[in-house]
Amino acid sequence: MIDVTKLHVGDVIYLDEIVYTARDAAHLRLSKMLENGEKLPVNFEGSFIYYAGPTPTKPGKIAGSIGPTTSARMDKFISLMPKLKIKGMIGKGPRNEDVVKACKENKLVYLIATGGAGALLSKKIISCEEIAFQDLGCESIKRLEVKNFPVIVAIDTEGNDIFKR
Amino acid sequence: MKEINYSDIKNNVVKAIYDSCFNLNEYSLNKLREAKDNEDKEMAKTIISQLLENAEIATNDEIPMCQDTGIVTCLVYLGIDVRLNCDLETPINDAVKEAYENYYLRKSVVDPLTRINTKDNTPAIIHTTIVEGDKLTIYVVPKGAGSENMSQIKMLNPTVGENGIVEFVKDVVKQAGGKACPPIYLGIGIGGNFETCAMLAKKALATRVEPKNETISNLKNQILEEVNSLDIGPMGLGGKSTCLDVFIEALPCHIASLPVAVNIQCHANRVEKIEL
Ligand code: SF4
Repeated sequence: MIDVTKLHVGDVIYLDEIVYTARDAAHLRLSKMLENGEKLPVNFEGSFIYYAGPTPTKPGKIAGSIGPTTSARMDKFISLMPKLKIKGMIGKGPRNEDVVKACKENKLVYLIATGGAGALLSKKIISCEEIAFQDLGCESIKRLEVKNFPVIVAIDTEGNDIFKR
Repeated sequence: MKEINYSDIKNNVVKAIYDSCFNLNEYSLNKLREAKDNEDKEMAKTIISQLLENAEIATNDEIPMCQDTGIVTCLVYLGIDVRLNCDLETPINDAVKEAYENYYLRKSVVDPLTRINTKDNTPAIIHTTIVEGDKLTIYVVPKGAGSENMSQIKMLNPTVGENGIVEFVKDVVKQAGGKACPPIYLGIGIGGNFETCAMLAKKALATRVEPKNETISNLKNQILEEVNSLDIGPMGLGGKSTCLDVFIEALPCHIASLPVAVNIQCHANRVEKIEL
């Protein structure tokens, strides 16, 4: 398990972690649940959120194709992230200033995986289980155990941003 | 008259969807290999290597190269000497249903307002052109949203000239940055009117059109050079390989107009051509 405060922008690292998939629709639902004071269906503490909606798993395989989706669409949900007590987020592409600020203030990291490398990333998943919001189809929340999952540190806990060049 | 029937079309479209999603075409593989050799930055090289490895895994392990298996566009060129025993929509949509179900592709098509999934990835988007001859040609293009969302169209002032066009294209690519999964390809439509211009861009990209004259050829080279000097690079992390190729199609337009459409295609350049 990784100590995210030790990571620096630009580091290429290989994760062995628990990761939950959540994208647009799941974020919207989680934030509405918190607003209404409802109990969340997942305990995210100590894990990562991965902006991804995989292809269906073929029988006999562990997971389908599972590359990151564009993170910027989830920028508007950033205030939700510290409440989930996660270590960070995984996606692709740049984020806005609010995200950089939130990473610094809450010691979160934003990691990027190679967009469109869904087949390669699928091979780094050792278990995949759909655990919430099944009705959202590919946008449901899945619990993944990943091993040697290649990512690049894009925003570190000091608020350094790889996209600011 | 050549007879082409429902199952000829359906079976070939199913196969084209499969091939495009699991086997990256030789053209795109070569573009990636060239880009890797041409890069100086380690990070850029690493990412392109991952993309090449990804393509290999997709083929060998039968995992779609990208999880966003897209919405399917079909560009149909129907010869006047072809006789069909069905309409075009039925076999194409039936092929989409079959391929997305049987090959475990992601069904990503929803009602635009309720956002309720159509559950079978239909309808496909079909554009038909009637041409001479007895052939039916279909370009099958499953395309994800990451790059399509970053595409733009603009009605430019006609006096901005070629440099104005280049500036607009650069602006679009800059705004797309790392979001459209660079290295990208660009389809550019110039002229016509509002909707035609977007079609030109899409067709240029799917058919990999060659420049039709010297002006367009020069414009293509200028765009390639200037876009690749923006230092966006693979995944937006810097490098020379932002754009691997540019395809331009132009049509006459009104004296007061200069429509320009930029259709971005990500590195997962999924296009298969069927010829019946
Ligand atoms: S932009 Fe292309 S490569 Fe990137 S996730 Fe979308 S479909 Fe895949």
